[in-house]
Amino acid sequence: MSSFIEVQDVEMVFSTRKGRFHALREIDLKVERGEFVTLIGHSGCGKSTLLNLIAGLTRPTGGVLICDEREIASPGPERAVVFQNHSLLPWLTCFENVHLAVERVFAANEDREQLRERTQAALELVNMGHAAAKRPHEISGGMKQRVGIARALAMEPKVLLLDEPFGALDALTRARLQDELLKIVARSGSTTVMVTHDVDEAVLLSDRIVMMTNGPAATIGEILRVDLARPRDRVGLVEDSHYTHFRKAVLDFLYTRHGHVESAAA
Amino acid sequence: MVSAVFHSSLDTRSAEAKAPRVSVAAARAPIVPAAEAAPHHPRYDWRGLALKVVPPLLGIALLIAIWAVLTRTSTTFPTPGATFTEAVKVFSDPFYRNGPNDQGIGWNILFSLYRVAIGFGLAAAVGIPLGFLIGRFEVINHMTAPLISLLRPVSPLAWLPIGLLVFKAANPAAIWTIFICSIWPMIINTAVGVQRVPVDYLNVARVLNLSEWKVITRILFPAVLPYMLTGVRLSVGTAWLVIVAAEMLTGGVGIGFWVWDEWNNLNVKHILIAILVIGVVGLVLEWTLIAIAKRFSYDDA
Repeated sequence: MSSFIEVQDVEMVFSTRKGRFHALREIDLKVERGEFVTLIGHSGCGKSTLLNLIAGLTRPTGGVLICDEREIASPGPERAVVFQNHSLLPWLTCFENVHLAVERVFAANEDREQLRERTQAALELVNMGHAAAKRPHEISGGMKQRVGIARALAMEPKVLLLDEPFGALDALTRARLQDELLKIVARSGSTTVMVTHDVDEAVLLSDRIVMMTNGPAATIGEILRVDLARPRDRVGLVEDSHYTHFRKAVLDFLYTRHGHVESAAA
Repeated sequence: MVSAVFHSSLDTRSAEAKAPRVSVAAARAPIVPAAEAAPHHPRYDWRGLALKVVPPLLGIALLIAIWAVLTRTSTTFPTPGATFTEAVKVFSDPFYRNGPNDQGIGWNILFSLYRVAIGFGLAAAVGIPLGFLIGRFEVINHMTAPLISLLRPVSPLAWLPIGLLVFKAANPAAIWTIFICSIWPMIINTAVGVQRVPVDYLNVARVLNLSEWKVITRILFPAVLPYMLTGVRLSVGTAWLVIVAAEMLTGGVGIGFWVWDEWNNLNVKHILIAILVIGVVGLVLEWTLIAIAKRFSYDDA
């Protein structure tokens, strides 16, 4: 049986005003159904580009991407994206933001009341039920990101794609949302691909960590399987020798073998 | 109380529920009422009000004083006092009609506003959709860019003969002039607004796979609205500037014609009154549109 998401020999070259920019080369990756995979690497290594390719927001210049035995040709609600900067529409309330997504996916088969219930349920899932009537500028950054996650989850996507979803948050909020994300993903069993630059986050959440080499023309350097038992407890893991082992492996890859280009040049 | 909790912590539970268990919340408790106490008994800010009201009044008083001093000995230019007495007379009967060329100032203003409304309305009906097209489609942008750059700096009055030629009447020609001069800011601002819709919002639309109709009503239109209203505001300002000049040339009833007519009568007091009225009406138009723009602008934070 083939994998749920398959990335086959993908290459990405951007043609910009300054000329061609070779972002990704020879990317081969398989993600199984229900797996949690993180993409990690230094900034500019093309990990967000790879996520956008899986989302279908950009088309590759070479190679093929397949999701559920179909080629990824365009974005679609079965591959929901949680954007780095939440991307909630500022003129809609939290409820309306989520409802927009719910409506798109379920309006054909469900009546208005069911759609409302779905929307509210998605907000409750991320503990944002109380803020349904608020607009994005009235809530904090962490809350916005939660609503962004609610919007993605409300579509009941086959794949959840997260682009540094907690990057702009303070450490405490980030930890809390990571825990919530773990619970939600465990409950829904959705396949998840997440971009991050946070080593702890990657080890805590992932089944596998995809470590990318530095750009330009970045590719997958190494894939680390994190076989820590679930549910994972962040406090307990700190002293777990396996956890420290995985953490060290990622740090070693990122800083010893693939130090950032700027520092390598210096 | 609730809002204070949201700002200080991300916890969604109420402070009352937290206070007994979390000592930090208890320690914070006395601060919250203290912070809230201030707005409960606000001392009225007389100083701020005085700073807002007194300098503008001083400015106006200074202008009138200079005017009074300069016209003390003049025989042709009316003094502020004489102009004021005349203004009272003019405004005491704004809606009289003694034939087509002698009507109250109220009628003149209304006729001018009517022309501005028609010309401006047509310009909005054409300019805003056109701006959307230019912003959304690169080809149309490149097609229209040279035309807009070429035609936009042309003085609106240069278009008046074309209007007279095509419509063979003064009134539609004046409306045409308003149309052509007020269309540019709306086209340009709408187009810029569409081009500046954040890519993130459009990506959201693509991921949700929204229909083109939903994209327009839920994403493009709200995102562009503030830009569009800026265009509308600039347009109304220009339209009101131009109508006076256009009416001077076309005649009929209207505030511009009134100014020209009173000049022919050498009634300078009426001209001064007209200048003031034109200024006030322009200001009211501007304020109204700013108020509308504020109502529809969203807070993007």
